[in-house]
Amino acid sequence: MTSLTTRWGRPELYTSYRQDMALLNTRSKVLGTVAVLVVAAMMPMLVSDNMLIILGSGLVLAIGAIGLNLVTGYAGQVSLGHAFFVGIGAYAAAVLSGDPDGRYLGLGVDFMPFWLIGAGLVAAIFGALVAPLATRLRGLYLAVVTLGLVFIGQYFFFEWNEMSGGPQVGREAARPELFGIQFTVDNGFKGGWTEEQKLYWLFLGVLVVAAVLARNIARSRIGRAFSAIRDRDVAAGVMGVNLTRYKIVAFTISSFYAGICGALMFSASGHFTPESFSLLMSVQFIAIVLIGGVATISGTIMGAMLIALLPRLASELPAFVPFLSSSASEHPNIFEFEQIMYGVLIVAFLLFEPRGLFGIWHRIRTYWKSFPFSY
Amino acid sequence: MTTVLQFDDVHLSFGAVKAVNGVSFTVEEDELFAVIGPNGAGKTSIFNVLSGVYRPQQGSVQLEGQSLLGMRPPAIARLGMARTFQNIELFANLTVLDNLMLGRHQHLRYGTLAAMHWVGRARNEELKHRLKVEEIVDFLELEQYRKFPVGLLPYGVQKRVELGRALAMEPRLLLLDEPVAGMNLEETEDMARYILDIRDELRIPMIMVEHDMGLVMDIADRIMVIDFGTPVATGTPAEIQRNPDVIRAYLGGDAGDLGDLSDAEGAHP
Repeated sequence: MTSLTTRWGRPELYTSYRQDMALLNTRSKVLGTVAVLVVAAMMPMLVSDNMLIILGSGLVLAIGAIGLNLVTGYAGQVSLGHAFFVGIGAYAAAVLSGDPDGRYLGLGVDFMPFWLIGAGLVAAIFGALVAPLATRLRGLYLAVVTLGLVFIGQYFFFEWNEMSGGPQVGREAARPELFGIQFTVDNGFKGGWTEEQKLYWLFLGVLVVAAVLARNIARSRIGRAFSAIRDRDVAAGVMGVNLTRYKIVAFTISSFYAGICGALMFSASGHFTPESFSLLMSVQFIAIVLIGGVATISGTIMGAMLIALLPRLASELPAFVPFLSSSASEHPNIFEFEQIMYGVLIVAFLLFEPRGLFGIWHRIRTYWKSFPFSY
Repeated sequence: MTTVLQFDDVHLSFGAVKAVNGVSFTVEEDELFAVIGPNGAGKTSIFNVLSGVYRPQQGSVQLEGQSLLGMRPPAIARLGMARTFQNIELFANLTVLDNLMLGRHQHLRYGTLAAMHWVGRARNEELKHRLKVEEIVDFLELEQYRKFPVGLLPYGVQKRVELGRALAMEPRLLLLDEPVAGMNLEETEDMARYILDIRDELRIPMIMVEHDMGLVMDIADRIMVIDFGTPVATGTPAEIQRNPDVIRAYLGGDAGDLGDLSDAEGAHP
């Protein structure tokens, strides 16, 4: 076996299809991934806790955005209803882990894997229920119908006070706690890890698992069926792909990811109100997918980090741009600028780099692959 | 010889337009059956009836004795019907390998959960079927294009990939909708060679719709001519070339100005 796999002079020559099909099938991919993971894992030791909150929220956003990319990027079913599924996940987690004797609905199950996966599953059930719409509608019509989901969701979240706490009041979010590690308790002053550090690692761990699973789906027969439906649905049917079934699978998996994202989204603040799950949140996820890159997992993570960092980047700007104010009462201020940046980023990416941040990365990679030759 | 496909008295109309009007034919084992006719004669409609995209109002269609009427396209595909399209219908963003693997979609046996954790069943199945796909890559000489997104490939190669995707389904019957449309002489000859190899080596019966008369007359075993959805004649290339009705329908003129399609004796005065 070794004599076959190690060859003189060409150590990286593939000698089996298995090597060719591996997820990290080149040495640079292996090294690059390891480097990114190491840096990501070291982050809590390198940056301030404030920065960790921002990065952590980016990691959570990435989980939800990967879900949206599966249904919209891979399977081509445009969904503006992602905030609805995120909301379902957040409430499912809060209810499952909530205090049974408290003011709001609660089942009192503290075990984190239970409420985390439970939140994903509840959202997935709603996704599966909504999916049949996608088998009747496509394109813009589907987008508008899924938009309706957000409004239906908002109605229930606003009105069902025993569950949600009601508008502007809200309720406690699920508190992550596993094997005695309380992620939301600050031990920094005792020489232990701070809340921000622990949460960041938790989010990173969940994201890595979620991303690997999504990548596996993308390269499997399921992912190919998604792409086939996106590119040519009639041909996909003639090739033996059951359109209805795979659209349901796409929505279900996507909602599962949204549910997980929702369950973790408010761990840091510990509290959330129903206003969070508005159309703006759906748009935020769409923006992440477009900016990160349609139908890529790594791009989605890059997009989520950029969107999460955007407010911070905007707040740094007054130092460089004198006419920009950091006070909300003056114009133009950084908050306005942040909103504008959103729009500008979406338009700019669609016009100049439709493949998103992943496309930019891809270009850099190809350039250096053939360096110093330009082709 | 056993009959692979029985297409019996099929009527398909869209409102008042009769797209297919009482067409009957059979396809035998190892046969290359060609369907010709002017534009709008209903050739592609016949293909769409066969693959389940259209549902005829009347008639019966049987693949190896199993009725196809009322079945949805994926179910018909599972029975072993594969096709290529007149205007290439490849999945443009996927690589050649992925397009071919999509042809094997129904042969790959693993579910969503197995796909998620990958190691084990999903990987074994993918590897097993990758070997099958490599046979097709080899057969159609696509080695150099494996990892290219098909949208970037030249037209002639795309046509070949589409043929490969249909072959990857391991069909019992292969439908070719204008396999050489828009190709130059060299590409046409290559394609003819592949089609003959499919019939003689892979032994897959085929129905071919094609406008290139030279190609049809050269390689088809039997030919059916249709016009305005109605069958005009069915027979061997030699019989078809001599059939006066065919000459009238196809060339729109009378037998006098026929030239190369038929000899003077066969044409009626």
